[in-house]
Amino acid sequence: MNNTKDILRFTTAGSVDDGKSTLIGRLLFDSKQITQDQLEIVQRISERKGMKEIDLSLFTDGLKDERAQGITIDVAYRYFQTEKRKFIIADTPGHLQYTRNMVTGASTANAALILIDARKGVIEQTKRHSFIASLLHIQHLIVCVNKMDLVSYDQSQFEQIVASFRDFAAKLDIVDVQFIPVSALNGDNVVDRSQHMSWYQGSTLLHTLENLSVANDINQIDLRFPVQHAIRVDDEQLKDYRAYAGQIASGIIRVGDEVLVLPSQMQSKVTSIQGMSGQVTEACAPQSVSIELSDELDIARGDMFVKPMNQAESMAQFSAMLCWMSAKPFVPAKKYVIRHTTREAKMMIKSIQYVYDLNALKRMEGVGELKMNDIARVDVQLSSPIFVDSFRKNKATGSFIVMDEQSNETVAAGMIF
Amino acid sequence: MKYRLDYLQELEAEAVYVIREVFAQFQHPCILFSGGKDSIVLTHLAAKAFAPGPLPFALLHIDTGHNFQETLDFRDALAERMNVRLVVGYVSDSIARQTVTEESGPNANRNRAQSITLLESMEYHGFDAAMGGGRRDEEKARAKERFFSHRDAFGQWDPKNQGPEIWNLYNGRKNEGEQFRVFPISNWTELDVWEYIRQEQIPLPSLYFSHVRNCVKRKGSILADSPYLIPHPQDEKVELNVRFRTIGDMTISGALESSASTVAEIIAELKEMNQSERGGRADDFRSESSMEDRKKEGYF
Repeated sequence: MNNTKDILRFTTAGSVDDGKSTLIGRLLFDSKQITQDQLEIVQRISERKGMKEIDLSLFTDGLKDERAQGITIDVAYRYFQTEKRKFIIADTPGHLQYTRNMVTGASTANAALILIDARKGVIEQTKRHSFIASLLHIQHLIVCVNKMDLVSYDQSQFEQIVASFRDFAAKLDIVDVQFIPVSALNGDNVVDRSQHMSWYQGSTLLHTLENLSVANDINQIDLRFPVQHAIRVDDEQLKDYRAYAGQIASGIIRVGDEVLVLPSQMQSKVTSIQGMSGQVTEACAPQSVSIELSDELDIARGDMFVKPMNQAESMAQFSAMLCWMSAKPFVPAKKYVIRHTTREAKMMIKSIQYVYDLNALKRMEGVGELKMNDIARVDVQLSSPIFVDSFRKNKATGSFIVMDEQSNETVAAGMIF
Repeated sequence: MKYRLDYLQELEAEAVYVIREVFAQFQHPCILFSGGKDSIVLTHLAAKAFAPGPLPFALLHIDTGHNFQETLDFRDALAERMNVRLVVGYVSDSIARQTVTEESGPNANRNRAQSITLLESMEYHGFDAAMGGGRRDEEKARAKERFFSHRDAFGQWDPKNQGPEIWNLYNGRKNEGEQFRVFPISNWTELDVWEYIRQEQIPLPSLYFSHVRNCVKRKGSILADSPYLIPHPQDEKVELNVRFRTIGDMTISGALESSASTVAEIIAELKEMNQSERGGRADDFRSESSMEDRKKEGYF
């Protein structure tokens, strides 16, 4: 059995026209992930639409309304695997009005796949997608220059696009960018190497996805253990058992470690760690475990275990980047609820420093409101502190959501840095 | 120790986190237990999430009255072994109450009726969230499902108005009378479920393994012969070596001819197979979007 197979989660962004659905369809089709019955359904629909060849985009276009309109309206998740990896694709629509979907898809991704139409080059939408990937601190960007068949597989066209993308991306916070010339329609450099672009020496898309190194994506340095709930047992076999269940957000915890519990600042020692397959002596993020301590402390959901010499910052007042996701605009005097790890508090947005203009990629100051899909830097005040690291250093403790107490909706996603 | 999780460990950690969130965020959650492998795996994960304490959820089973006896026996044995409360909602009770009208015609089944019985059962027992073994890879309409899926006071799913779900920060807030469906194994594929069953040595109903059965061949599908199946003129009755890939109502669960009699053989067979998991489900064939339409009405 292959025990080293891991998961790569990536998000794809692109518009109706640049062939994103076709590219994913091609990836699934050429890596033999499409079954006979799925193929037959798509063949039937393609014929009804009067198409000569099968429409690869139909493998991913999900809901009834979307199929009628021919566009993707919500994040859809796709799965495939090779011998090396399991892949989870968050397929998101690319229009401006769907920034919230892009943020949703990007929030769980290790990598972002950006599509550029070889005929059009870097356009506003490319910049918007790349900006969001950088904002959500996605470490790896794979830029697919698609429709190379429509520019006669021209090397100089590809290189111009690469140069102009690099030019623009220099301003963003992105660690690793790779460029691949592809034709999703014909299958060039998606799974199989292109016969038309001998000038391209790099990897195919699938090979790139299989070999991206995601080892550093999870912070294994700073222990952060948000408590989900306490497990208590007191019966014949187990006397007065009390453990704290949660998923390790970052770092490593070992039996014998001294830990500090936030917010009480009480210190104790780890006496046992219950993993998913029994007792273990150490555990790392993102394992779900339950932890016993040597002292009987008053610990509840929302508390966090850290190391005494490496604490998260306790904050009730801070500035953050916010992506507004509700159709109802932000109301200045209103009290919202923040959820950060397993902790909740009341929250007020005191001021908007600026709203980011995603088209011009510049800040707009003096804006008094937040509408759906706006990205803004705001100052907030909480009713009680949360335990924070910079989002750049630790995604799990640098991120939060904002909920509306009346409507119950999630109205915003936030990042602290 | 290597400080990386393999894919099954990562999926397991994620599912357990979601299950614990359900426990923390809802008043009275339950596990929707169908007797199929996905809900069995879910129950196994839920037990792990609270070990060494007891499993804090009841199992809710919606019985169409057309279940395989093997499923019912397995269900009862599992509830007893895990010492968990089992609650059964019967479609026949809904029919008696006249809240459900039995379908008629040659393709009649009780699949849609289940949705109504499920809502009635949740209301009767006061469950405010039901966890299910639904997976996003199963069907197109499920690919857009959230982990925490909101249902209005009528149990309806509104796919165009789903709340955003960012990072792993799940929002289970709701108004009185509304409920959630939660899918902790959303990110698992059929193969992942089988690999996990192999790793954990989870017992399954015998229906999943090759056995000799009296079957009915109908329009390319193989169905179990039973008193509940309304005969068609073209039906061909045959005795076959079959197993089931999904288990539901006897009238719609398609069998496949197979000699795979162990989990390892099933995994090997799956890797070779060129049919999707729900390919044998008669309920999904009704139209291109029949799953989506049923989900909007409150189906799982």
